[in-house]
Amino acid sequence: MIRVIRVAAVGIALLTTACKAQEKHHAFVGARLIPIVGDEIENGVLVVKNGKITHVGRAGEVSIPTGAQRIDAGGKTIMPGLVDTHNHIGGIGGGDGSGPIQPDVRIYDSLNALSSGFKRAVAGGLTTLNIMPGSGHLLSGQTVYVKLRGGKTVEDLFIQDTAGKPTGGIKMANGTNSQRDKPFPGTRGKSAALVREKYVKAQEYREKITRADGDPEKKPDRDIGLEALVEVLEGKRIVHHHTHRHDDIMTVIRLSKEFGFRVVLHHVSEGWKVADEIAQAGVPCSVILVDSPGGKLEAINLLFKTGGILEKAGVNVAFHTDDWITDSRVFFRSAALAVRAGMSRAAALRALTLAGAEMMDLSDRVGSLEAGKDADFVLLGGDPFSVYTKVLETWVEGEKVFDRSDPKDYLYAVGGYGAGEDQSPYLCCYDHRENN
Amino acid sequence: MRSFDKTVLFMTLAGLALTSFPALAQVAVRGETIHTMAGPAITNGVVLIRNGKITAIGQAANVAIPTGFLTIDARVVTPGLIDTHTVVGLTGIYNHKHDQDQLERSAPIQPELHAVDAYNAHEKLIAWVRSFGVTTVHTGHAPGELISGQTMIVKTTGNTVDDAMLSDVAALAATLSPMAQKREKGKSPGTRGKMMAMMRAQFIKALEYRQKREKAEEDKKPARDLKLEALGRVLDKELPLMVTANRVQDIANVLRLAREFDIRIWLDGAAESYLMVDEIKAAAVPVLIHPSMARAWGEYKNMSFETAAKLVRAGIPVAMQSGYESYVPKTRVVLFEAAIYAANGMTFSEALASITIDAARILGIDSRVGSLEVGKDGDLAMYDGDPFEYTSHCTGTIIEGKIVSDRVR
Repeated sequence: MIRVIRVAAVGIALLTTACKAQEKHHAFVGARLIPIVGDEIENGVLVVKNGKITHVGRAGEVSIPTGAQRIDAGGKTIMPGLVDTHNHIGGIGGGDGSGPIQPDVRIYDSLNALSSGFKRAVAGGLTTLNIMPGSGHLLSGQTVYVKLRGGKTVEDLFIQDTAGKPTGGIKMANGTNSQRDKPFPGTRGKSAALVREKYVKAQEYREKITRADGDPEKKPDRDIGLEALVEVLEGKRIVHHHTHRHDDIMTVIRLSKEFGFRVVLHHVSEGWKVADEIAQAGVPCSVILVDSPGGKLEAINLLFKTGGILEKAGVNVAFHTDDWITDSRVFFRSAALAVRAGMSRAAALRALTLAGAEMMDLSDRVGSLEAGKDADFVLLGGDPFSVYTKVLETWVEGEKVFDRSDPKDYLYAVGGYGAGEDQSPYLCCYDHRENN
Repeated sequence: MRSFDKTVLFMTLAGLALTSFPALAQVAVRGETIHTMAGPAITNGVVLIRNGKITAIGQAANVAIPTGFLTIDARVVTPGLIDTHTVVGLTGIYNHKHDQDQLERSAPIQPELHAVDAYNAHEKLIAWVRSFGVTTVHTGHAPGELISGQTMIVKTTGNTVDDAMLSDVAALAATLSPMAQKREKGKSPGTRGKMMAMMRAQFIKALEYRQKREKAEEDKKPARDLKLEALGRVLDKELPLMVTANRVQDIANVLRLAREFDIRIWLDGAAESYLMVDEIKAAAVPVLIHPSMARAWGEYKNMSFETAAKLVRAGIPVAMQSGYESYVPKTRVVLFEAAIYAANGMTFSEALASITIDAARILGIDSRVGSLEVGKDGDLAMYDGDPFEYTSHCTGTIIEGKIVSDRVR
């Protein structure tokens, strides 16, 4: 025990020194920059300070501020950290078997921040995630938007709004996944009817609150499920909607118009069949790519070309991992396969970053390399769409959260014995792994 | 360049419609790079295929294309790809009861089942993998029961299983991993120990059966037992036992079983085999490595993108498989799985060999397929760039001289 304490003291001393030396002010010089907004820059400079991007530009045009630690990034490519609009890591569980619509359930109450999945995610270049409950319900709960800062609890990962509240959307689904035995619906018609009924309740609830005009005597009893749906009706909470078949896609659009909620269509396997209709409705799509069609009837027409077709129709397109469906470490691959099938390179890069940020109302903070935005970025060894390219480093809010040259991080990047275990929490003076 | 290739292929196929099909028996494929897998790659080469077999291969300057041959141009040509363990044809795209024949769950030991009796040559997933260059698959039973049946090797073409057949019985499929454990109370096997006990008892029974059949008087021979006959073929080393095992203790069990009964093994999955390199090498066991993009949880939780490279460097024969998927993607594509291994320690040649010639050697079909050599089957795949690159396309697939895929994918 005494030995541990002494080691602790040394550790603290080192840590303090390290923090002072860094001052959290870095200039990355010489990399190819893919800012997403604006053209790629062959020989660029990226300056980040205290968690924010301060300068992005060509070498020679951006002066490196005094006090900034200069990091030679020659031969590397830097682009924004990837934004994954649909992810299930963290050992999460949403609504239970008691009913098909459970807006009261918050996914973050089930999240294990020490899951090894988060280490794999930063190894894949992901920095911002929408963590969602599953698709076995019409509405399986509230999603949470997180930053992969590292940390022991979900509180360390929250992206907070200006009032300090955690941000997130709501997860809905239609089609066959949410059709189950009672009390779940058995048909598509019933599915839509149950959703409609619930949103009507939410409208009435909102009206009661409005009519009460702040009078506690007249206010309805609190209903935490309806409260979440009122946020949806008011556009404060975006609906992230699992949907595959073309007719299911149109049903989502119909319901969103009827109740005026903001929606992102997720998966959209048959989106290519109704691309113009989706474009006309102005609804964004978060597309999944998997290596073959099928696995269920509604996904037999899933194709690599969906992203490209939606792009050409004028739809805002993002991709998602749906991790564990696709391992977060190969998220770049999803966009690359879309390029293989006809999507433009620019749109595919945007689909991994800024488009996703827009679908989570986070585009003022993440998704591009622009002064004033969060310093979330990845250093790549080569072209983002090459199988041979490695994510070398991942930075979140000016802190390095993944370094391929660090053996501890490398283990999660490629896998190996122990990579499947939860991460060791960072404690200042006690290495969980060494002492176990 | 890419659009040029597409145009060429399109023109070729347009021409195809005008000619009669038998003309396809004579095909010339011109490749900017031809990876023969039987020597160094050929730059600006030609492969001639007549009546389904390769009749000439070499540099364009040395191989004249006879008149009457349909000529196809490609940037990169490889042998037709081989998937050493899949379930396509038994598993179907819909994932409904009616198209899921990859695993019989009524009993843990059913070696008498034949993949050939369950193969749907029209299955869409076969056409899907074919469109990425896969021409030969070792297909059959999915992991999940202790001994689940006899696998087979087919070409990814044909109207019936007989048309597609390369080897009607290739291996006996087995599982020594938690996937084969029963969770229900009172059902066996429920533990690793029980799995091994049941497996050993079954092989001992097969040994005794074989002795009795060989030595007993004609009228005292035991009645034929299809289960024990199948196991007997494994004991005779006529068939390998393909055993799925991923955790280190499960791999050790497989090797122990092989020693006790002196049987041939194909180690399937092998996620933690990087811990067992010396032992696997000493046992001369080839590895059908799990898909690189398998999900890193359960018995795959410690899987590594670098395992294939580590095994190959140690001199262990390694081949790729698409494996079995219960949900989405309904099948993986062995080309994509090899690509991730190619980017994580394997050389380009090692990775390509693991889906061509090395795969053919492990499966024992290298006299027919796996490399582009005179006398071998005219099976090849064409690409418009490095086949492993995400953004390259497969521009066509040929099996025994016939174009079986004309999509640019």
